[in-house]
Amino acid sequence: MKVAVITFPGSNCDYDLYKAAQQVGADATFVWHRERGLDGYDAVLLPGGFSYGDYLRAGAIARMSPVMEDVIEFAHRGAPVVGICNGFQILCEAGLLPGALVRNASLLFSGKDVHLRVERVDTHFTSQYEPGQILRVPIAHGEGNYEADESTLERLEGEGHVVFRYVDAAGEATDAANPNGSWHNIAGIINDEGNVLGMMPHPERAMEELLGSTDGIGIFTSLAASLSAVAS
Amino acid sequence: MSTVDEAVTETRVSPRPGDPEITPELIADHGLSVEEYERIRGLMGRTLTFTELGVFSAMWSEHCGYKNSKRLLRLLPTEAPWVIQGPGENAGVIDIGDGYALAFKIESHNHPSAVEPYQGAATGVGGILRDIFTMGARPVAILDSLRFGDLDSGRVRYLFGGVVAGVGDYGNCMGVPNIGGEVVFDRGYEGNPIVNAMCLGLMKTDELITASASGVGNPLMTVGARTGRDGIHGATFASEELSEDSDESSRPQVQVGDPFTEKLLLEASLELIASGAITGIQDMGAAGITSSASEMAGRAGNGVEIDMALVPVRERGMTPYEILLSESQERMLVVAEQGREQEVVDILEKWELEAKVIGRVTADGRFRVLEDGVTVADIPALPLTDGCPTYEREGIESDDIKALRETDLSEHLLPRGNLTRLFQTMLGSPNIASKRWVYNQYDTTVRTATAVRPGGDAGVIRIRGTDKAVAASTDCNGRFVYLQPRNGAMAAVAEAARNLVCVGAVPTAITNNLNFGNPLKPHIYYQFREAVLGMKDACEAFETPVTGGNVSFYNETDGRAIYPTPVIGMVGVIDDASKIVGQAFRTEGDDIVLLGENTDEIGGSEYLYVTKRLVAGTPPKVDLGKERALQQAVLMMTNARHLNSARDCSDGGLACTLAECAIGDGEALIGIDVTLDDDLAPVATLFAETQGRIVVSCAPEQTAEVLRIAEEHGVPAARIGSVAAPGSPFRIIMPEGKVEADLTAMAEAYFGALPNIMDAPSTTSA
Repeated sequence: MKVAVITFPGSNCDYDLYKAAQQVGADATFVWHRERGLDGYDAVLLPGGFSYGDYLRAGAIARMSPVMEDVIEFAHRGAPVVGICNGFQILCEAGLLPGALVRNASLLFSGKDVHLRVERVDTHFTSQYEPGQILRVPIAHGEGNYEADESTLERLEGEGHVVFRYVDAAGEATDAANPNGSWHNIAGIINDEGNVLGMMPHPERAMEELLGSTDGIGIFTSLAASLSAVAS
Repeated sequence: MSTVDEAVTETRVSPRPGDPEITPELIADHGLSVEEYERIRGLMGRTLTFTELGVFSAMWSEHCGYKNSKRLLRLLPTEAPWVIQGPGENAGVIDIGDGYALAFKIESHNHPSAVEPYQGAATGVGGILRDIFTMGARPVAILDSLRFGDLDSGRVRYLFGGVVAGVGDYGNCMGVPNIGGEVVFDRGYEGNPIVNAMCLGLMKTDELITASASGVGNPLMTVGARTGRDGIHGATFASEELSEDSDESSRPQVQVGDPFTEKLLLEASLELIASGAITGIQDMGAAGITSSASEMAGRAGNGVEIDMALVPVRERGMTPYEILLSESQERMLVVAEQGREQEVVDILEKWELEAKVIGRVTADGRFRVLEDGVTVADIPALPLTDGCPTYEREGIESDDIKALRETDLSEHLLPRGNLTRLFQTMLGSPNIASKRWVYNQYDTTVRTATAVRPGGDAGVIRIRGTDKAVAASTDCNGRFVYLQPRNGAMAAVAEAARNLVCVGAVPTAITNNLNFGNPLKPHIYYQFREAVLGMKDACEAFETPVTGGNVSFYNETDGRAIYPTPVIGMVGVIDDASKIVGQAFRTEGDDIVLLGENTDEIGGSEYLYVTKRLVAGTPPKVDLGKERALQQAVLMMTNARHLNSARDCSDGGLACTLAECAIGDGEALIGIDVTLDDDLAPVATLFAETQGRIVVSCAPEQTAEVLRIAEEHGVPAARIGSVAAPGSPFRIIMPEGKVEADLTAMAEAYFGALPNIMDAPSTTSA
């Protein structure tokens, strides 16, 4: 599996994502935002951080980066694209995912572990999880409050595009378990075609027992499994 | 521009048109005494220009010149086989083995934060990060040590909220995890908050680069942000007391931070250093270009010649005086290898930043400043950087404080009433309560290395590719130092070391941030001298040399000084990260063992502050020999994997320590059954902040060995109880009283205290 980790000015989880991809055996490469061409890559990962300092709106400037034209084309070809945290924000700004991520309801940055419920296991990114599995994964964002218009939300829910939801330790999607005010406790979604995933939590930070959790590994092993299935 | 071969003669310097005349008032405004000015005139052999006066004013300020602290600081131990870089550089560096070195330093931003909390704190973090990456190290962790007045003041809540947001936003954007620190509330910090930020950076031992201007003829280049009119004379501002009108009039002296630019500057700087195209690099921090250029020249024994007309500026019409003294953020000065200037420009361009040649290294030992080719300042570099006179002031203890220390506290030992309710009140005191409201605003897990997050005794970062980890902690009990400076400073070092051994780390070295009042006042100088002497003894006892730090004097508002607060930032090394010990009780049935002995030393305790708003009495005595033995014993226990938890006993005493172990991160509340048979007043047993104690838990089959190791080290130790089942109560039984509390209520008091104060609607404005 050859994966590209895109680095924008201000990205700061690019290294973590690179290491996570390597951990599941991927051949990972950093791609600077001014480079062009993503031929030869099997998957594209957009890391977290503060691209362009979150100036204007989180992700609003990064989505103008030259490489984003290639990312959009890559996604339109049906190849897998994952955006985490700022990467999710960029995917929304670029129109690859619906909706927007606005300021946390608390108006404060929120950095802590949250529980996520895996809503679907029939995607490229979640096949290695059990249905309804509860994950413990860190979040770290100031603008992770997912919003969309009513019809988009209905479509996301109706067509099963919500992949991860904030829940409590018992698996209930309560208000108290919602760290940022996201509608319907949405933590991660996929596009209509199922090849673009955006999520605010950081699975790449939940890859080792020493650091507190290994629950994030499944996303990367699922991606690897999906790609090897395509290849064989 | 002159060439390097020119004879060493002073160029003609004449005042610029429009420069004010040098008058005694102007000299005083620049923070220089008459004697100091005369000394400078003697050095120069002539009257100074306005520009030169500005340069001297910054370099001979307390902030840059350490004039009232240097003589005492020389007493501190600074050497050990593992110290690669001691004081004098941007940061200290130690060898941590496996080919890695750790750069670390702490710095204050108290005055700017008092005036503009968000920007003051943010730029404090920005500054300390630059100090680390200019050493060639990648910043891997931040700690913040914060002190404010009592939270019942709206102004204090505004300062607290702003500082936390500023620390968080800057570090979060940079992608450097915050792994710990401390937050203290006490009326002693009401008008003058303390904002100290510490940073740790990691590098290969051969990647070290220093801030010296070597290689005559090499070009000096500014890199990063442009120079503006912000922060002019910040260094001098930091060397004055605050007054009521500081708020408005000082705001232009506070810099504005841009963490995005700094993130680019970080990546560009590390790439520059790796390229070999530069020979030296220094942050333009306090006193901007003036200090970076003159200090780099001074360290190499060379001179520099820089032209202000070449410096990229944000606005037109800036005078050399303003450019020299601007403290605009996110700028660096580098010395490039001659002929490789374009490489530097290219690297900066990749990161969308600017690099520009502004001068050269010269052989004549002079700090020469031009404006479009015309010399406007010509000063011998070494006297400028190293010639600042140093003073040993008169130090006399204040009679008032002596009287406070001698206060009879026996009546405060009497309460025997509802101890459980008192205990719950203690847990909800902002000083004891969880600081989760603070560190939830910080990214603590970015860089995927944080093995122990904030909330415990020390934070821990693992070193990828090795078995190692590095731990760090910041500590100081300002009340203890206030009441008894020498013992208090020892306590700060001892607590930092205890915190490190509790996670399994060997204490290795310290950086210090000495926050004091006006040293010209004899009772303040007394505090400073005593504290330095206490720190010296403790650092020698624990073999933790001082590798650098920061002195912040003049922390006074309207003549009232803060508690003397020498914050200790200590780092330690864990050879095997799998041996890291947590702080919370883990397993039902584990034995709880107290290492050290209880006493009734309640002087300076949180108990007195919570119950009587009293800061008085003789603080708990530090016995360095006993502390050292305790630390060695705990390290032997953690190394042999005997312990399931370890926690230092400090603020709030034994009862609060046990509570923290039982509450943990709030997800698994575990009851305890503890019996304490000390022949002491119950409030002393529960809340005295006696030194030299650590609470550990272990599986029952390990207890005998734990007790044996303690005995072997001469450390008093006793099994005081056991960890109960989840859901059982928290129970401490004493001969003359008991605490029996419900853990859910305890957790509510502990976690709810700060949110209840800070998230209330009334706290959004000042």
